[in-house]
Amino acid sequence: MSLLKFADIRRGKDSSDRVGLFMLISYIILFLLFLVLPLGALISKSLQNKDGEFIGLTNYNLYLQEPALFQSLYNSLFVAICSTVIVVVLAFLFSYALTRTCMPFKGFFKLVALIPLLSPSILAAIALVYWFGNQGVLKEVLLGKSIYGPIGIIMASVYWTFPHALIILTTSLSLSDSRLYEAADVLKTSKLRAFFTITIPGARYGIISTAFVIFTQVFTDFGVPKVIGGNYNVLATDIYKEVVGMQNFQMGAVISMVLLVPAMIAFFIDRYSRKKQISLLTARSVVFKPKKHFKVDMIMLGFCSALALIIILMIGMAQFGAIVKYWPYNLNFTLKNYDFQVAGLGWDSFYNSVELSFYTAIFGTIIIFVGSYLIEKLRINEGYRNTVQFFALMPMAVPGLVLGLAYIFFFNAKDNPLNFIYATMIILVVNTIVHFYTVSHLTAITALKQMDKEFESVSLSLKIPIYKMFWRVTLPVCLPPIFDVSIYLFVNAMTTVSGVIFLYSYDTTLASVSAIHLDEQGEVAKAAAMAMLIVYVSIAVRLTHTIITKKVLRKTQAWRYNILDTK
Amino acid sequence: MRITGYNYDKFTYNLFDSMENNNTYLEVKDLSKSFGNFEAIKNIDINIQEGEFVCFLGPSGCGKTTLLRCIAGLETQSTGSVIQKNINISNEPPSNRDFGIVFQSYALFPNLSVFSNISYGLINNKWKKADIKKRVDELLSLVNLTEHALKYPSQLSGGEQQRVALARALATSPGLLLLDEPLSALDAKVRVFLRKQIRDLQRKLGVTTIMVTHDQEEAQTMADRIFVMKDGEIIQSGTPSEIYTKANSPFIASFIGSMNFIPAIINSSNKVKCNQIEINCDIGNFKANDSVQLAIRPEEIQFKQGNQDDNMIPGRIKEVEFLGSFQRVYFEVRNFTDELIIVDVPSSTARKVELDINKELNLYFSKEDARIYST
Repeated sequence: MSLLKFADIRRGKDSSDRVGLFMLISYIILFLLFLVLPLGALISKSLQNKDGEFIGLTNYNLYLQEPALFQSLYNSLFVAICSTVIVVVLAFLFSYALTRTCMPFKGFFKLVALIPLLSPSILAAIALVYWFGNQGVLKEVLLGKSIYGPIGIIMASVYWTFPHALIILTTSLSLSDSRLYEAADVLKTSKLRAFFTITIPGARYGIISTAFVIFTQVFTDFGVPKVIGGNYNVLATDIYKEVVGMQNFQMGAVISMVLLVPAMIAFFIDRYSRKKQISLLTARSVVFKPKKHFKVDMIMLGFCSALALIIILMIGMAQFGAIVKYWPYNLNFTLKNYDFQVAGLGWDSFYNSVELSFYTAIFGTIIIFVGSYLIEKLRINEGYRNTVQFFALMPMAVPGLVLGLAYIFFFNAKDNPLNFIYATMIILVVNTIVHFYTVSHLTAITALKQMDKEFESVSLSLKIPIYKMFWRVTLPVCLPPIFDVSIYLFVNAMTTVSGVIFLYSYDTTLASVSAIHLDEQGEVAKAAAMAMLIVYVSIAVRLTHTIITKKVLRKTQAWRYNILDTK
Repeated sequence: MRITGYNYDKFTYNLFDSMENNNTYLEVKDLSKSFGNFEAIKNIDINIQEGEFVCFLGPSGCGKTTLLRCIAGLETQSTGSVIQKNINISNEPPSNRDFGIVFQSYALFPNLSVFSNISYGLINNKWKKADIKKRVDELLSLVNLTEHALKYPSQLSGGEQQRVALARALATSPGLLLLDEPLSALDAKVRVFLRKQIRDLQRKLGVTTIMVTHDQEEAQTMADRIFVMKDGEIIQSGTPSEIYTKANSPFIASFIGSMNFIPAIINSSNKVKCNQIEINCDIGNFKANDSVQLAIRPEEIQFKQGNQDDNMIPGRIKEVEFLGSFQRVYFEVRNFTDELIIVDVPSSTARKVELDINKELNLYFSKEDARIYST
């Protein structure tokens, strides 16, 4: 029996544990290589002079003494805060109409409200040029003010961030306990008081979260201010000018840091409020069902119709501009704007974009899903798992422009053995996957959390290796969220600008970037056509997704629908 | 061909045989498990006989599930060892241990049919298709679910799902069956039915079984032996009746069944004095003037007419609860205790004695039924 004294305290490992450990370490290395070290390179760049010597905070001092650059920070904050306030109010009313009233045509409104997700942010800017630009139809409405500047930036930003706000707020508003309203009714509370004491407090974390997400999106966006900002400088365009225009990488790095800090703060507040939101609703709550209220329903119908009309007019104008001969003098239809050869670009950039999206969707989905599985389901190496989880959340806080610049500094260094991926499709794919990692990761984690945490234990007791169980149970059960993640990655890879603007090369130009360059060259109609191409692909992919969900998933997800007869 | 089914006759279970042979199946030695600074279980020592059905019983957070998971290898013990059939498995991963497990949440694979769920563990062992079918059919009839083979778990009731989980755990004929609160998620009626079915099945197969539960009634009706746990330690073990009649602490006495506790002081003549009334009982090792608690179970108190007698106290009814087969009566007893004394009266008796509020009745309990615990 004395032998038992030597009983090892650590448990022996089986093969799945070893594989799991190996994979966790691989993820940590990948995150270090493609996220942490590049950001480190960015920070160190901001502390160097042109010759690469360490000069402390001198660059930051320089930045603070430059009033023009300082003005950009103020401008960025101004447009971001204005857009955020407008979007939160509009999206709150819209989602209130969708979740809390009996307004008709809800399905239609939901669909229309999501249209901006399918296009790059610059599409809104281009459409605004057609509506309110120097030769715009409604130019007079602006009372002599120019659309090129804060007005244009705010309008376009409101347009493209609206669906993002709507998604968060709709989720937040649909989580509500009807018992609270019944209790208020019984206590003879007026509808208005119930709204301010139940509805608003119930949605407050959703509202806070939305505000910070939208703020970050507008604050860090590059495409919109580039196209419609005119002489109104913001941080994102400043970085681009410093880096591409003046080759002043150090100052680019400094401005990136200025961009990064507010984004990080917003990120942490958002994370915090999301955690609070979850705890509000318990399993015992009864889901709220709206009651008919003619007056409110009609007011909301009017409001939503107006917004839907604006969205349709925006994308409609972009499409119209793309197919007329010469706006506004010759409004005959033509397809010549889709012939990009004239601009010296051709369709290559479009094909590159599709290729990028395809690779991003395929590899991104696999990497993200496996990574979240390791974090959520392994029993070993808690420290490693927490590290991977932390890295997986980080990209959300890093603006695309900053990540792109960080990639240049890191991978373009001559002594970096990974230098060979610079200026290739690989770096674009990697950058895009990392840029959009967090949201996909959280979707996958949520899906995995819904699975019984004892599946792995059962498999082990039945001597089934974890990978077999992953293949036979986890993967089939998680197919719907996996499809969602791949669609999300595909559409974002199609539409992104800020992540890739620094990273494309002559062989790997992308559609969204080309649209910006076409616009720069004054080829607005071609820019609109290029942006619309992206929309077509996004719609096609969405439709395919719907069909797959309906047809293929029906088969693999039969258990969800109880299709099998009871025999 | 390894197994096509149990040889029921050979394994027909006889508790007393195995007890006499002292046929130890599972041994847990000095096992501890900490999570950070929190000690979930401390120095656990257990011996379980082959074919025995034992229960780890305790309130939530007492460490019973952690102990079960350490035995399964799903948690790693901080110190100590687990020995199954004389082999030290302390360092083996769960996949190298011989056990089947059933969870409170069933943990059935939602995308697989009942048949595929049960055959899940068999497929890996390279069984022939026909043998798998035979084995699954056998298990399905064992848990009375033959007609549900092709359904998905979501089409079954909770009780049926838990029987599928049981069949799945038994499919590979494990030597040890672990049940982690298997009945807690079920309705009261289904729970009582499954209690008996699991117990019968376990007897039939003779598989050594450990069940974790917080339900004392479940433990008492199912287990051969109960290990009562509190704060990570086993505070008493024994057969259900031993635990009930000889609870070694006020905690167990009140956790298992109900108990009246009356503050008392030992007096010089080997009696206890509760306020002003003296009670006759076995005072054990306590000494004169020790402060103690007198404990009497509600069903051990009777009504008695006649003169003043030993352990007879005059009570007045304050409240009556109707509980079906018996009535719970709350008595006020002056000069005895400030708390109300609970007496469970079988309904048949209650019909004879009219239990009206404020009625006065003499309560009596025997010297043997009165227990003494330290305060």
